[in-house]
Amino acid sequence: MLTDLTDTTTSDIRAALTRLRDQSGGPAIGVVLNLIIMTDESGQHDAVRAASQAGREHPCRVLTVIAREAQAPSRLDAEIRTGDGIPGQTVLLRLYGPMSEHADSVVMPLLVPDTPIVTWWHGLLPAVPSSQPLGVLAQRRVTDAARARAPAQALIKLAAGYKPGDTDLSWTRATPWRSLLAATLDQLNREILGGVVSAEEQNPTADLLAAWLGTRLGVPFVRETSGGPGITEVRLTTEDGDVTISRPDGRVATLSRPGQPERHVALQRREIADLLAEELRRLDPDEIYGEALEAVAGVQELAH
Amino acid sequence: MIYNPLRDPRDRRIPRLAGPCVLVLFGVTGDLATKKLLPAIYDLANRGLLPPGFSLVGFARRHWADQDFARLTHDAVKAHARTPFREEVWNQLAEGIRFVRGEFSDDEAFDNLAATLKQLDAERGTGGNYAFYLSVPPDAFPIVVQQLKRAGLSTPPESAGGQQSWRRVVIEKPFGHDLASARELNAMLDAVFPPYAVFRIDHYLGKETVQNLLAMRFANTLFEPIWNRRYVDHVQITMAEDIGIGGRAGYYDGIGAARDVIQNHLLQLLALTAMEEPLSFAAESLRAEKEKVLAAVQIPDDLAIGTARGQYGAGWQGGIEVRGFLQEEGIPSDSLTETYAAIRLTVDNRRWAGVPFYLRTGKRLPTRMTEIAVLFQRAPHLPFAKTDTAELGHNAVVIRIQPDEGITVRFGSKVPGSAMEVRDVNMDFAYGESFTESSPEAYERLLLDVLIGDPPLFPRQEEVELSWKILDPIEDYWASRGRPEQYPAGTSGPVSADRMLEIDGRAWRRL
Repeated sequence: MLTDLTDTTTSDIRAALTRLRDQSGGPAIGVVLNLIIMTDESGQHDAVRAASQAGREHPCRVLTVIAREAQAPSRLDAEIRTGDGIPGQTVLLRLYGPMSEHADSVVMPLLVPDTPIVTWWHGLLPAVPSSQPLGVLAQRRVTDAARARAPAQALIKLAAGYKPGDTDLSWTRATPWRSLLAATLDQLNREILGGVVSAEEQNPTADLLAAWLGTRLGVPFVRETSGGPGITEVRLTTEDGDVTISRPDGRVATLSRPGQPERHVALQRREIADLLAEELRRLDPDEIYGEALEAVAGVQELAH
Repeated sequence: MIYNPLRDPRDRRIPRLAGPCVLVLFGVTGDLATKKLLPAIYDLANRGLLPPGFSLVGFARRHWADQDFARLTHDAVKAHARTPFREEVWNQLAEGIRFVRGEFSDDEAFDNLAATLKQLDAERGTGGNYAFYLSVPPDAFPIVVQQLKRAGLSTPPESAGGQQSWRRVVIEKPFGHDLASARELNAMLDAVFPPYAVFRIDHYLGKETVQNLLAMRFANTLFEPIWNRRYVDHVQITMAEDIGIGGRAGYYDGIGAARDVIQNHLLQLLALTAMEEPLSFAAESLRAEKEKVLAAVQIPDDLAIGTARGQYGAGWQGGIEVRGFLQEEGIPSDSLTETYAAIRLTVDNRRWAGVPFYLRTGKRLPTRMTEIAVLFQRAPHLPFAKTDTAELGHNAVVIRIQPDEGITVRFGSKVPGSAMEVRDVNMDFAYGESFTESSPEAYERLLLDVLIGDPPLFPRQEEVELSWKILDPIEDYWASRGRPEQYPAGTSGPVSADRMLEIDGRAWRRL
């Protein structure tokens, strides 16, 4: 159901949310978190869709902040979406004029109390997420370096401003690769002497993956450029030869080890909703990401 | 396990993944296989939890080729999997599907199985790790297990420098029909597989809510202080089914509700509800605590008033006219098998002395539901007029296991208005709303645990034996008492079950 409130106030939005909840007949809705999405008009559609898909796993109150014409006089328009098989509630907040500089004052009264907050910048990349008014509030701050114009530089910036609780979807994209690599090493009784991560040129996930492998294994990992899509190969060098996981088509990976048959496994690239759902599963700081990010920045600063 | 620098306890995105292995499924055409096991395997693959090269071998009597079994699996996955169907995931799974045809008595068939597994090791690198899932009637266990031994499949070869491979066997209830037969079954398994390689599946223990019972009790401060005889009045553990015996006549006749449900599911739920805090969630500690509780369980002195059993007669269930148990196909008209059983147990330890645990289960009851209800004592003094609290019952914490998984807390609240009137209200936590959707099915969790070799959620032989020790005297008593009482289908059970609680001044929760 859609409820449009034009030129409205936060107290009117709150009243509407309460009224909608009473009408739907379900008293205590199991909202497990507040998700604040910072986006613009061009990105809001995809972001809200991803959030409602992730909401099936983590019912949330989604507060989408869309900054509109900065020159206009201050005005707040709201659109409330409930039902349609989507748990929780979605509110689109369009902020005009100087008000858009004070989005936190609009969002704060609309948060569900006693419930964690996650802020997701979809599209716009803040330099220091934790210093943003809507980043301070949040347990988790989700960015996406892959959407930046220069992803490699974006990672360096994020590294400089890193605070525990920050996370980036380009790191989330690495999870299937990382679990496959960890599982491979469970079975591999060999020292890793070095390795290569190949991916298309602008791919922060590959940068993070190479940095993670390098720090964890204590050996250099080279980042090579391939035609993509995404990451195409990870090669681990051992005394007996190379262990490779290659995924030329972005769908199925082949694991090859010296002296063993090739093994195939589905390793598909994931939708943004899946990434977001993974992000929302844990709300504590991801220290491993912090370490990988620091390592990326270290490597890239040397290169520049 | 080799030290793996890529694993770090702080890194919680990386899931537990099974090592390379083959799952061998006996009884591939059964309901359990097509509705639960095969879809669960696909869901695990789709979630990326199965290792590269994972292979699935079906064994059955049919004249089938690999692709016929693959088609059966494909259809089962399409119809019952919980995650969306993805071609590339399916293709990877299908590549590793094999079928071996034969009778359980046929040596050659098991030699073929051994050859097939060897070939999979060579082609797909499954490393000699095999799990055998016996989804077959229990009378077939001995012959299958013996055949596995004869074909040299039950023990892994000595490791030659590399990693030691493993062999595991998975069995489903019933684990015998009394203490003697349970011991016999165990002796038979024990002769072939070491105890740590035997996984007894009680799918209730794979359910999220049941695991959440442990989280609720031991991660919070709110419940544990009142989880004892000072505050708890009594506990009711119910598993009600609205269906009849359906096509299970052959299995059900002579087994009955108590052996089918109470011995395993309900006593396991009792153990988890009543046990002390385990040292950790490692298998050893968890099982030790469950065993202590089961060993402390006492049956009523007078079994005539402390137990009840019944058989459903003809009647109306949910608007449909249904047959009685004795008229069901395959059931002799003089069957003494009970379709409803209720027992009153106590747990003789300091925490629970004097608190009755009422267990009940039955078929053709008004609804389908499983729950654990902990009912608390009334407040010792109510500073209200008597009429104000006339509608106030026991405070309760109810753990709903199925359907509609969740937790309900019931307490008294003032009815809005100028008069002081206190009435029971419910506070609900529903998994359906708060997490779920993609919460894994019980069988997914349990299959993954088998492939990883993680046993906390599987009952051990000692627990099975303790449960039979509780049930055997009751079954003996019932066997001496002739026909069970009849109850009309669609009602909440025999009158004697209601009387069992009335004597204690209590009543069953409404079904």
